[in-house]
Amino acid sequence: MSFTFRHLLGTETLSRDEILFLLDQSRAFQEIQRHPLKKLATLRGKSVVLAFFETSTRTRISFGAAAARLGADTMNLQAESSSLSKGESLVDTARTLEAMKPDVIVVRHAASGAPHFLAERLGIPVINAGDGLHEHPSQGLLDALTIRDRLGRLEDLNVTIVGDIRHSRVARSNIHLLAKFGCRITLCGPAMWLPAEMTQLAPNVRLEPALERALPGAHVVMVLRVQTERLLEPALPAEEYIRQYQLTPERLAMARPHAALMHPGPMIRGLEIDPVVADSPQSCVLEQVTNGVAVRMAILYLLTSGAPGGADAARATGPAAG
Amino acid sequence: MPAREKAQLLNAAETGRTIERLAHEIIEKTGVQHGVALIGIRRRGVPLAQRLARTMRALTGAEVPIGVLDITLYRDDLSLAAGHPVVQSSEIPFSVDDRDLILVDDVLFTGRTARAAMNGLFDLGRPRRIQLCALVDRGHRELPIEANYVGRRIETRADELIDVRLAELDGEDRVVLVSAAAPPAARTGES
Repeated sequence: MSFTFRHLLGTETLSRDEILFLLDQSRAFQEIQRHPLKKLATLRGKSVVLAFFETSTRTRISFGAAAARLGADTMNLQAESSSLSKGESLVDTARTLEAMKPDVIVVRHAASGAPHFLAERLGIPVINAGDGLHEHPSQGLLDALTIRDRLGRLEDLNVTIVGDIRHSRVARSNIHLLAKFGCRITLCGPAMWLPAEMTQLAPNVRLEPALERALPGAHVVMVLRVQTERLLEPALPAEEYIRQYQLTPERLAMARPHAALMHPGPMIRGLEIDPVVADSPQSCVLEQVTNGVAVRMAILYLLTSGAPGGADAARATGPAAG
Repeated sequence: MPAREKAQLLNAAETGRTIERLAHEIIEKTGVQHGVALIGIRRRGVPLAQRLARTMRALTGAEVPIGVLDITLYRDDLSLAAGHPVVQSSEIPFSVDDRDLILVDDVLFTGRTARAAMNGLFDLGRPRRIQLCALVDRGHRELPIEANYVGRRIETRADELIDVRLAELDGEDRVVLVSAAAPPAARTGES
């Protein structure tokens, strides 16, 4: 099994084998996080453009750390400091970046499909770091790695995702990925954030507006961030969200005994999650952050190493060169 | 074109005896004190290190720690390699600081694997000393690297390959000289 495509645009288009290959490759990079010296020279001389057309701290730093630990250089483009505000089109900006000869571009954009648009037009690998309401594949992969480490498997799990499902690309990437492993996914949140079309994304996806009914039997509970600006009074005041959906120790106890608790961050303690739950032994939040760097190292490594030729040629070359 | 066997260099008994002799030499020259540990380079360095450790324990009664090193991320030819060389985990369950380490590999050829392995070890700490043990030294060095322990020195042509077969991975113990299956640029002769 190998990784045969040029870009990472979403988990929807990854096969089960490709996902497992990526997770297995990530294992070697997890181990490097434990080295006293975490910097490799593997991608020395390669450069990575981090093009964030939408604000992000965690994902950008995580990709930046991944690139740095592989020895690659990074070039940063942030929307507020770029020509985008001067009316330059996305493709012109990207072509300008491409002319600087990077080896890979990591894109976050408010428009769904922007990374796909760039992938078709640029001659370098494109990694989707979040596009609109569509996908955030590296988050889906790091969540899968964390679940597999915690529970020993990805197959056949009950996964409950709680929060603003409608606006969550994290939820979409997780649904696409986990469904390939036969997981049963329950989406939970206020009705206004629970669009019926979510059940069309994959088999075995159900909607459940009541948290008490969504939790029993769950092996994994994923709490999504609630963007306070979306809590529109009087439709749903924050106090009401807290009352119905905050993950408290009592509610977490309704899931399976050692259910893995996940949150993509940033967490708002006291809103979507009770601080006691956030710091409980069931919480995987910090593992998710550490695994994020490992998964992104694996993605960067796989998309930038090696000359074109494919898996068969790689096998013919043998595992070691002298 | 499949690889063609030209000559058998070591049969099963000779392979076993060669490994035993290497274990004796390591004990003689380095001892098992000072916390000596063996680092098997994936893939065939790993079963070799295990066998050396077993023999060393039988001879001295001392347990010899074994680590496993994958050098993929330290290769100097990644941008030339076709496809994506698959990365595997390294498993070195002890501190390398102040330790005598012996790198174990099946074939010493260009020396680039040993160079990569040393870089990998430096990322883990500061060993007291690193030595190199190879079952076969086939010459054609491209770097100033020599092994401290060599099972068998064999003169080869650059386009030939040494195929070390070990029971743990290949179902038999044998070392054979084969003609290259592909042009020398694509095959390196160390596996």
